[in-house]
Amino acid sequence: MGMIHAEELVYEYDKRDDEGNIIGTERAIDGVNIDVPQGSFVAILGHNGSGKSTLAKHMNAILIPSGGTMWVDGRDTKDPEELWNVRQTAGMVFQNPDNQIIGTVVEEDVGFGPENLGVPTDEIWKRVEDSLRAVGMLERRKDSPNKLSGGQKQRVAIAGVLAMEPKCLVLDEPTAMLDPNGRKEVIQAVQQLRKAKNVTVILITHYMEEVIDADQVFVMDGGHIVMHGTPREIFSRVDELKSYRMDVPQVTMLAEELRRRGLDLPGGILRREELVEALCRLR
Amino acid sequence: MSIALEHVSYVYSPGTAYEKQALKDVSFEIEQGQFVGIIGHTGSGKSTLIQHLNGLVKATSGKILYEGQNIYDAGYDMRKLRGQVGLVFQYPEYQLFEVDVLTDVCFGPKNQGLPQEECEKNAREALELVGFPEKYYRHSPFELSGGQKRRAAIAGVLAMKPKVLILDEPTAGLDPKGRDEILDQVQKLHRETGMTVILVSHSMEDVARYVERIIVMNHGEKMYDGTPREVFRHYRELEKVGLAAPQVTYVMHDLREKGFPVSPDATTIGEAADEIMKCFEYRTGESQ
Repeated sequence: MGMIHAEELVYEYDKRDDEGNIIGTERAIDGVNIDVPQGSFVAILGHNGSGKSTLAKHMNAILIPSGGTMWVDGRDTKDPEELWNVRQTAGMVFQNPDNQIIGTVVEEDVGFGPENLGVPTDEIWKRVEDSLRAVGMLERRKDSPNKLSGGQKQRVAIAGVLAMEPKCLVLDEPTAMLDPNGRKEVIQAVQQLRKAKNVTVILITHYMEEVIDADQVFVMDGGHIVMHGTPREIFSRVDELKSYRMDVPQVTMLAEELRRRGLDLPGGILRREELVEALCRLR
Repeated sequence: MSIALEHVSYVYSPGTAYEKQALKDVSFEIEQGQFVGIIGHTGSGKSTLIQHLNGLVKATSGKILYEGQNIYDAGYDMRKLRGQVGLVFQYPEYQLFEVDVLTDVCFGPKNQGLPQEECEKNAREALELVGFPEKYYRHSPFELSGGQKRRAAIAGVLAMKPKVLILDEPTAGLDPKGRDEILDQVQKLHRETGMTVILVSHSMEDVARYVERIIVMNHGEKMYDGTPREVFRHYRELEKVGLAAPQVTYVMHDLREKGFPVSPDATTIGEAADEIMKCFEYRTGESQ
């Protein structure tokens, strides 16, 4: 069993009218099976309302399944005794950096998590330093978070989660509100973390370019997993992806267009270098 | 019929510890009917800039001419200006508040003092312009999907019949299909109404695909102003200020380095494919 493991996961919630009377149930997650091995990088794609954030919220027991089971590092999230262990195992980072930062100084903000866990002071400082270094924000430790750019704030938010030493990092659209540079910074920081600390990463995103390096990609629609494979497998199914309101990286789209116009290129080209190389071979 | 900025500067909290120059000597003119993109990293002054265009923020120095008249002149009708230059903020759906969509969209024209009948007529036209389905007109805005909420919010501004529509990152947080739908709709609207559209965006690919002119902001100054081709030619300089060119532009540069005789100016998939196919045409010709 992997770090995150779900079997036949179902999540239902009550629909209410204006007076608060229950008028039916809505199924946001419908029979999801997923396995994320320790140390791997998994991306989840899906349109607005497909259920991907609801699934993510099961990974640190913000939501408890209505049916089926979610295990985090072998712990059943339904078990109230395990709640804090689950939350310590899987740390979450959300879309809006401004909603996640509470400290008035960067290092204070990062130290908030371990302090809450009752970590001894010396150890807190060590973790704060390690975490800020891991996301490349150590030199800003004494600054006010207000002075940081979106990408920098989001990296501080990630450091805040890291300081709790989770085995697994769940990122729910961490780059949605950032400019191109901010997006690049955050994704690079996450990549480095994986290498340095062997943290399992689950990334939910609407940016296709960010999932190219994932080990596995899951695509969700209507609460189901509708596609599953490596980025190359997923992005070679252009029409199917588009039917789920998704897209492919621009380079993949260009390669598709060239194929349509008669060039004999392989399917599922993801990177610039691959396309250039393939074109050189054709010449 | 245009908006012109002449040497506009803006300083936040002057004389305090937080003093910051957000705009430095910015000048440009946008002709009626243009589709213009504004790009720049977070904090580059884009949002401050667009808030000047309908008088929400007053320049510390410089002039803004709308249809030739300085909006800072004594007695200038700011209310009328705000009706003509419509501003759609980021995440505009947070501003929806009425009991149903149609009533919400009527709010703007009602405030302009139009009779109920005309408000509703304008609201219906606006909803139609953004492709909002009629069956949801009487639904609560809070029951809608993200993309539909965004359309309803944009319609709320369009219902005031502006001549200029300014959109601050209208696709933030939407899924890829939702992004395309909104921008296709804006493009259609631009073509059908001849409205000036100013699009603030973080997506170089989107800007390259839709607009005819790009203004690049950096540290409060105008850095470049030109067609997408002209602007993205400076991709190395753009990278230095936290921006980039569309991915396909990089492919073209890579190909040139490998000796392909392609133009590096392609900024969209169509243009790039045309250029690349030119290098292979004799080949496909042979095989047929």
